[in-house]
Amino acid sequence: MIGPPIRAERLARGFGGVRVLTGVDLTVAAGEVVVLLGPNGAGKTTLLRILALLLAPTGGRLVLFGTDATRAPAALRRRIGYAGHEISCYPDLSGAENLAFYAQLFGVAEPAARIARLLAWAGLDGAGRRPVRTYSRGMSQRLALARALLHEPDLLLLDEPFSGLDPDAVEGLQQQLLELRAAGHSIVLATHDVDRAAPVASRIAILHRGRIAWAGDGRADDAAVIVAAYRTIVAERA
Amino acid sequence: MRRVLPPLTGLAMLAALVLVFLLVPTEADMGIVQRIFYFHVSSAWVAFLGFFLVAGASAVYLWNGAPTADRLAYAGAEVGVLFCTLVLVTGPIWARPIWGVWWTWDPRLTMTVVLWAIYSSYLMLRAFGGGDAAIARYAAVLGIVGVLDIPLIVVSVRLLRGIHPAVITRTQGGTGLADPWMRAGLLVSALALILLAAWLVDLRVRGAQLEDEVAALRREMDARRGEVA
Amino acid sequence: MRDALAILAKDLRIEWRTREGISSVFVLGVLLVVVLTMAHDPSPETAPTLAPGVLWAAFVLTGMLGVQRGFLLERENDCLAGLLGAPVDPAAIYAGKLAANVVLLAVMQAVVVPLVGLFLHVDLAARLPALLLVCLLGFASLATLFGALAARVRAREVMLPLLLLPLLVPLLIGAVQATRAVLVGGLAGASGGLGVLAAFDVIFGVAGWLLFAYVVRD
Repeated sequence: MIGPPIRAERLARGFGGVRVLTGVDLTVAAGEVVVLLGPNGAGKTTLLRILALLLAPTGGRLVLFGTDATRAPAALRRRIGYAGHEISCYPDLSGAENLAFYAQLFGVAEPAARIARLLAWAGLDGAGRRPVRTYSRGMSQRLALARALLHEPDLLLLDEPFSGLDPDAVEGLQQQLLELRAAGHSIVLATHDVDRAAPVASRIAILHRGRIAWAGDGRADDAAVIVAAYRTIVAERA
Repeated sequence: MRRVLPPLTGLAMLAALVLVFLLVPTEADMGIVQRIFYFHVSSAWVAFLGFFLVAGASAVYLWNGAPTADRLAYAGAEVGVLFCTLVLVTGPIWARPIWGVWWTWDPRLTMTVVLWAIYSSYLMLRAFGGGDAAIARYAAVLGIVGVLDIPLIVVSVRLLRGIHPAVITRTQGGTGLADPWMRAGLLVSALALILLAAWLVDLRVRGAQLEDEVAALRREMDARRGEVA
Repeated sequence: MRDALAILAKDLRIEWRTREGISSVFVLGVLLVVVLTMAHDPSPETAPTLAPGVLWAAFVLTGMLGVQRGFLLERENDCLAGLLGAPVDPAAIYAGKLAANVVLLAVMQAVVVPLVGLFLHVDLAARLPALLLVCLLGFASLATLFGALAARVRAREVMLPLLLLPLLVPLLIGAVQATRAVLVGGLAGASGGLGVLAAFDVIFGVAGWLLFAYVVRD
């Protein structure tokens, strides 16, 4: 399967009559970090879940890695890693056990080694054996990220990864994301936190009222421009 | 088709009433009360048709997600439960003078109650399960499972020990239809009730469709208003 | 399938870790047997006739609660999204959950059945294992399907019994009749009930397998 990681055309999705996404066009190339900005309720989570193949769009077309998303979902899922609002890890199992479970489901080769490496990367060496219930917020977030990366996906989808993290943890995460970008992974990161996301972005898109209302042209340095555009768009909503 | 249905139903009902109350001879053993039988049995048939409609429409809905199929399933359940309730009400009215009791755990009665319960729970699910768009899908699953249960219910209730050792089945009234007037009475009543049910389903489906259209218009208005402001 | 086994293992490991499900279902099972027995207040002679009814009523009621727990597990931390995001067939999730429920219910039965025997002066243990298994499978098939369904709707605590109980009537009738026949004369007399149970298992095992995807996927 070859083709850009994401090519979405006019994606639409409604829930019980409320139209959350009204026509999203988005293309993401390999090695790009696209930051999806938008106020709460703009549809960021819905869009990410559609990209993660967890939700079916009610309209439009989604092509991932050159394959129509409605076909071959299992093979496509292997190339996607998703970390949503919730950590999707069982609180009564340890971090390592959770990763081992997902490693089985994804068919990860040499799981033990990979899990050990990921736990170290996430700074969870010692905690790996304790139940997830005992983790701090930051630790849980890092575990969720480790879970998303477990099967070495080409495309990473993150929903508000910075929320609830202290400044040290934020820096750590930003560093990790830049490393992943350098390694060629594509990332779509949704957040309402402009300042924290701007440093890691290759490109920024602003989601508003179910559509991409503004898309940057790839120069992440223009943080001020981005912030200004974002505030303008959000202020328009009254 | 739609415009023909109400007058046709009216005619059929009139014919049924005339037949059942005026033309059909009084049954020898049971007397006048037996006349309920024509509507009682017809209602049961209609209820069954309703439940099969639910299953069929549910399967179609799961297959292609067409809103019409969903509305049909819901309407089918409502009408099915309505007629099933009629069966459960007319039954005791007929039974009391004949058997001396209002109720017995006879296989057929038990089956009717269980079916009533299954499709009432379908209505509960749709009414109280929340506004999630997926409710239609869950209801469809229930609709299909319900119909699969029917043969199992039919077989299992025969295992029950009846309170009355002599099981009084409705075949007494059924196979005893030697008189052609009685047969006509049953057929016409059945036809009348089927037409009535079809009309009700049609009304219900159209009502649901209109509701959806109104809601869509309202949303459109809200969106426009938002954009202008 | 390996995925189903992975899910089964995961559920059993969690259960073993917390023992919440097993113990609450267990205690509830005992309580129900006691309450149902006391409500009838049987004499030593009539007690054995109550046994099949009490056993299966208690089983169905506590079984429903046990199954519900299994799906609440997946709702915490949105673990279901993790499962669905993996390249796993929903049918495999069904199989795994079904197997986990069967194990949970079997353990519960292992306690409740002897207790019923004790309270109601009946010797159930020897002749029942196969019968129990057949009932378990049918019950678990439907309960797993609707447990997943109910977990995603409002008013879920009341919704699961509301949806499940009417559908379970054939199972209940079959189980009670078969148990009664076994107690009186041995397996031969139970063929009617066993037939219903076997049909129930097959029909709803297949239906659950096919329909689960519609319940779980958005």
